[in-house]
Amino acid sequence: MSDAGTYLELASVRKEFATHVAVEGFDLAVTRGEFVSFLGPSGCGKTTTLRMIAGFELPTSGTIRIDGRDVSLVSPNARNVGMVFQSYALFPNMTAADNIAFGLKIRKRPKDDIRKRVGELLELIGMSGKGTKFPHELSGGMQQRVALARALAIEPQVLLLDEPLSALDAKIRLSLRQEIRAIQRQLGITTVYVTHDQEEALSLSDRIVVMSQGRIEQVGTPSEIYDGPATEFVARFVGQLNVLTGHVLEGSTGRLGIGAQTIELGRSLDGQPIGGQLSLAVRPEAIELGLGDATHPRLVGAVKDIQFLGPVIRVRMWLDGEGGDLRFDTFNRPGTVPPLVGERVTVSFPADSAIVLEAGPTMADPVEDEDIL
Amino acid sequence: MTQADATPMPAPIEKAAPKAARKRRRGSRVWWVVLLIAVLYFVLPLFATFWFSARPRVPLAAYAIAFRDPELWNHLLYSFLVALVTMVVAIGLFLPTAYWVRLRVPRLRPVVEFVTLMPFVVPAVILVFGLIRVYGSAIPLLSTRTGSDVVLVGAYVMLAMPYMYRAIDTGLRAIDIRSLTEAAQSLGAGWPTIILRVILPNVRVALLSGAFLVLAIVMGEFTIANYLARPAFGPYLSLLGNNQPYPAAAVSLISFGLTWLALGMVAYLGRGSRGRLPAAAVK
Repeated sequence: MSDAGTYLELASVRKEFATHVAVEGFDLAVTRGEFVSFLGPSGCGKTTTLRMIAGFELPTSGTIRIDGRDVSLVSPNARNVGMVFQSYALFPNMTAADNIAFGLKIRKRPKDDIRKRVGELLELIGMSGKGTKFPHELSGGMQQRVALARALAIEPQVLLLDEPLSALDAKIRLSLRQEIRAIQRQLGITTVYVTHDQEEALSLSDRIVVMSQGRIEQVGTPSEIYDGPATEFVARFVGQLNVLTGHVLEGSTGRLGIGAQTIELGRSLDGQPIGGQLSLAVRPEAIELGLGDATHPRLVGAVKDIQFLGPVIRVRMWLDGEGGDLRFDTFNRPGTVPPLVGERVTVSFPADSAIVLEAGPTMADPVEDEDIL
Repeated sequence: MTQADATPMPAPIEKAAPKAARKRRRGSRVWWVVLLIAVLYFVLPLFATFWFSARPRVPLAAYAIAFRDPELWNHLLYSFLVALVTMVVAIGLFLPTAYWVRLRVPRLRPVVEFVTLMPFVVPAVILVFGLIRVYGSAIPLLSTRTGSDVVLVGAYVMLAMPYMYRAIDTGLRAIDIRSLTEAAQSLGAGWPTIILRVILPNVRVALLSGAFLVLAIVMGEFTIANYLARPAFGPYLSLLGNNQPYPAAAVSLISFGLTWLALGMVAYLGRGSRGRLPAAAVK
């Protein structure tokens, strides 16, 4: 049974293909007008889940409800779900206006209504006067706008977007994602957005569903996901993160050994046995070069690498006493003298910025710098 | 580095440039010769046929005789109508098949392609004896004219299969049928709408190419039409060749001209087809 306010509901959804399980134990309740993103690496099951909502794949088990109606086995053309594809999927033989009108013609709306609605949508996407253009006469960004208008024309109950910006260049991607969010807010349409780009997910969504290996890792608002990752996978996948392996020296005060160094978190680590191993996550932006506040945990190490990235300088250091690798950014303020490679430095961070991670799947491949915030 | 070390580089480049140009010119001449041989191979038989057809004392008399014969037009019209029905049936059969195989069972593509090659393996004469055996007695379709026409069209659809199926399959390969289908489905379209309004217009040129090949096959086919005793153009031409060789040569050239006219129509109808191609392919 749906909770009050739930508009789109996925309950215990599982999808098996011949050789593997693509989605397992997927439970999600989306409220009307909410913008939810499925975020995860390739092959995590996010697109399969979206395709099950659209009806292109049938769940092996579980139910999908839209506004209380079980649509799990309903064919895609009877679901009233709008879909925007990565490849635009505009009908090449039709003009932009005809593409937008397609769904309305299928529904046998009066011609005047169709013409009016197409005009409104072309205006909404800022393409008035371009309705007579064929898809090949439009840029990628324009084609995706038309695809969005086409999906919105039928006034769908749920709008699904499958990596709609992946094929566009960075500048257009940024402007179009703001447009998508503005249009979604304006129309108040319930939206599910699939992306592997965490920046897109964080900037667009009311809530994010982080997925890995067909399962939900965490569901939360962008700040909940970023500031309070539930698992090591989420912590590593969303944003850049230093994960330090520590062992508990004293649970009541949160005293930990990081390699041969000792830090104190100033909070209890209840349930953690003395000598037990744990993962401690620290965002690079929380780390400060120098001693910092007297209450801040400090770590000492040697600078291994320095990258000049314009406004910031990215420093990578190796912690003394086999403490592991640590990365942090420092602003390139006028007069800033970055440390030298090989130089021994002390860094500090607020104790409450360190997150003790639950056990969770680790990423097979480390996230590259370009992919992370 | 001495000056002598630094200077020798330009000389080989200057020598190499005309050498490369000469090589390009020689390659170009070879291609012109190949093209000329190909043109001669194609044009000489036509010219010989025309020469033969113009041999009677009154020039072009053979053409006058051929044009005056009402049987020519009857047989041409019959074959043309059979070709049209064959095209419609072949498109109606092979477009959904090729579409479905690509969309839903791509693993079966090699099997289906093999099946489409069967008409090359089974000679027309074997095929027609099989048809006569089945539809002459077991299912007596050949006892009526309409029944015989149905069997003839069925046989021509089989003959057309390798050409039509491959033409359609190539056309489908050029578009993202999965995304287009899913986009249409999400907008509320059912299968007939998807095939007729989304897929078919986007493989128009492929269909026209296939249709042209069907036309060419049907207009020139002799064996099946002859054994089924249908008034097609092939048997008429053969009969004419036995009795009146000069008009037969003239009719051959006329049919050739008509076939080329059909090709011209395909090219004309297929013009301005950029709209059907994926954007990425056009840019």
